[in-house]
Amino acid sequence: MFENLPELVNADPAIVRWGRGMNETFMVEVGDDQYLCTVSDGKLAVATGPFVMRSWSFAIRAKAQCWEKFWQNPPAPGWHDLFALLRRGDVKFEGDQRVLMAYLMYVKLVLARPRKA
Amino acid sequence: MKIEPIVGRYAHISGCRMYFEEAGKGIPLVCLHTAGSDGRQYRAVLNDSSITKSYRVIAFDMPWHGKSSPPPGWEKEDYRLTTGAYTGLIMEFIREMGLERPVVMGCSIGGRIVLDLALKHARELRALIGLQSGAFVERYYDAAWLDHPEVHGGRACGAVAYGLMSPLSPEKERWETVWHYMQGGPGIFTGDLHFYQVEGDIRSRIGAIDTSVCPLYLLTGEYDYSASPRDTAAVAERVKGAKMTVMKGLGHFPMSENPEAFLGYLRPVLEEIRRA
Repeated sequence: MFENLPELVNADPAIVRWGRGMNETFMVEVGDDQYLCTVSDGKLAVATGPFVMRSWSFAIRAKAQCWEKFWQNPPAPGWHDLFALLRRGDVKFEGDQRVLMAYLMYVKLVLARPRKA
Repeated sequence: MKIEPIVGRYAHISGCRMYFEEAGKGIPLVCLHTAGSDGRQYRAVLNDSSITKSYRVIAFDMPWHGKSSPPPGWEKEDYRLTTGAYTGLIMEFIREMGLERPVVMGCSIGGRIVLDLALKHARELRALIGLQSGAFVERYYDAAWLDHPEVHGGRACGAVAYGLMSPLSPEKERWETVWHYMQGGPGIFTGDLHFYQVEGDIRSRIGAIDTSVCPLYLLTGEYDYSASPRDTAAVAERVKGAKMTVMKGLGHFPMSENPEAFLGYLRPVLEEIRRA
């Protein structure tokens, strides 16, 4: 899912515009698989782990089966938004929450993009 | 060109210049918007001629919200909504406007406060409709970020509201709903959430609601995780006579995110209230 995400996101100006001014790196964990997402003014690049010593501003971690349900199209109730998973404890937000909240719309749109792939 | 039948005016209530919109004639139906938004959420109800032929639909913007002014001196204090202030505002609006035994319908924070109205003012009201009603929601994210100088409040509030909607609702109406959130003043969504997630825990009191005095309808969208169908069912279990319906394919803002689908659920309820 994650490997071709930059292609999908960067070709979608309706997503890129929400990341304007964002120059940050964040980590997404799908179970044990790590993906380091680097955003340059809304354009996304993804590096696939495992990593030894890499920095990131915030991390979003969930089990692989949770992401699978999150990426269903359409997702079932309770699996359609990161905050739905957050309320149940199925996702963890770690690191600098300020950056996550500042770019929350972009992050939500990027991470939901595999649904339409 | 299309001109909608909705008329907007300002009322001076409790020293606050309050904006409200209305349409229709008949039984007053007062509509309460969600936290951090405004009365535009009810645009479809106000425009529905099958409703406005027998109901006078009124949607006000709470002070601080939409086109209503904050009270004088707002710049000196944090806005924090409380149960007492919210119920007081609604009843004062009803009295000042001379509305006789209105139906009150509220969503989210409005869906919570109708439970308090049912406890304290049942005899003055014809019926109550709670949309996305829950007796309490524990904090599951830090709402302080929605009012932080280094986070754009409009963008953050919009992103939170976006996720609460159903992915099946039409894009146009979902993004309209997000836009209302993006226009909220700084700290207003957070101030409303103080009532919703901190002060306004009504769990211990709802068992005393008497639906034989004032009927209570509970309509909840299945995609809502803030006031989920489970949260509403917990209310319905405790309140004898409450009528609960789960609205398929809808989320936290049914009247705004998917007006057509919502009206399909609302019209029969209003018809039942009218005939009672």
